[in-house]
Amino acid sequence: MNKVMIGIILGAILGALDGMTAWFTPAVRAGIVGIVFGSTLKGVIAGVLIGVFARKVHSLALGIVFGLSVGLVLAFIIAQLQHGYYFQIMLPGGMVGLIVGYATQKYGRSPQLPNAASVR
Amino acid sequence: MKWLGDGTVDRLRANMQVPDLSGTRYRAIRYVAGGGMAAIWLAEDTVLQRNVALKVLDADDSPELASRLLREAHILAALEHPGIVPVHDAGTLQDGRVFYCMKYVEGQRLDEFLPSVPSLVERVRLMLRITEPVAFAHARGIIHRDLKPENVMIGPFGEVLVMDWGLGKLLSDRSTQLAAASLDADEQQRSPGATAPGSTNHGSVLGTPGYMAPEQLRGDVARMDQRTDIYGLGAILSVMLCSPAEGRVTRGHRPVGAIRAKAMHPDPDLRYGTVEALTADLANYLADSAVSAYSESYLERLARLFHRHRTAVILIAAYLVMRLLFILFSRP
Repeated sequence: MNKVMIGIILGAILGALDGMTAWFTPAVRAGIVGIVFGSTLKGVIAGVLIGVFARKVHSLALGIVFGLSVGLVLAFIIAQLQHGYYFQIMLPGGMVGLIVGYATQKYGRSPQLPNAASVR
Repeated sequence: MKWLGDGTVDRLRANMQVPDLSGTRYRAIRYVAGGGMAAIWLAEDTVLQRNVALKVLDADDSPELASRLLREAHILAALEHPGIVPVHDAGTLQDGRVFYCMKYVEGQRLDEFLPSVPSLVERVRLMLRITEPVAFAHARGIIHRDLKPENVMIGPFGEVLVMDWGLGKLLSDRSTQLAAASLDADEQQRSPGATAPGSTNHGSVLGTPGYMAPEQLRGDVARMDQRTDIYGLGAILSVMLCSPAEGRVTRGHRPVGAIRAKAMHPDPDLRYGTVEALTADLANYLADSAVSAYSESYLERLARLFHRHRTAVILIAAYLVMRLLFILFSRP
């Protein structure tokens, strides 16, 4: 599977899981659908960014750092919109980014080089 | 009458073995090693001013052995591979002895080198590099028939070379095969004595006891093919697994033990069919993937998968634990 696809799938799954845990916080339970949707979208956006980065840069360490950064930045934006819960939103968001960064570098397949015969 | 002392006799015998290099471009520097039929000399190529190795037939050896040495030179010349010593020249010396000239390889024999490689994983990596020139030779229709740690050299830069193709045989040429078969049979009848372990046995069944496949031990030339070499590779792997630095095959290393057992199966039909198949299994072992020679239990499979993906598993587990802690501590 290519790196961007791995980023999107993993970002979506972990993002959705992330959003679903909001159900355990009674104060925000009423808006669970919106939270899950937003969290999934955040995961997909992070996945795309991290996947594209992994295609350009082949380094596990840089992939992890980039994933963590993207996860933290996106989670910070969400936390700003929520006016709070920075720790509860940014820590899991950062971890999701870190896991996606690791997975895209480790398991993603790089695009194939063009066949030598077809290169003029 | 005065009797010569043992030392004098040895010295005279050694002098007799010094090749007469007059009329050639080589100058003998020192004796390096001796085998069953020939000696290796370090020599200087006076034209190119570099050191080379000369393999010179022993003084009192037969025309059959002379043709065998030349055949070895032809085989080496046909095998251009970084893992096989290149041959530069071949011919007959003034004293009538056949010789060939090859690259002089400074390094250690595998059996001497192994104690410096304590890790099994590193040893398996080394094994993979030994299989490369053998697979190459098989692709050229040539089998080695004398694979053993003493015939593998590790160069000063870590290069791996498979040496001593003196028993090498062309598989593709059936007439050569039949000729070799009759020669082997003749020799077997002439001198059925055993040799010391580790030294190549010339004049009876060809090969080295302990590393020879059963069909080779029986002199069953018709059944000798690339699987005979696979047995030899299995025997080398066996040495790698059992030498003192590693101790014995431990629980986690059962797959590599199974690879060795399959490579050394007494029935050639139940061994790996090709060196590539053996190589694939060794590579799978290194990559923590399933090995065809070993049927693992579910528990072993789980352990292998965990080992293979341990970082990912740990990261996801850490994430789930963190989530669980958030849920527990966010309750009113």
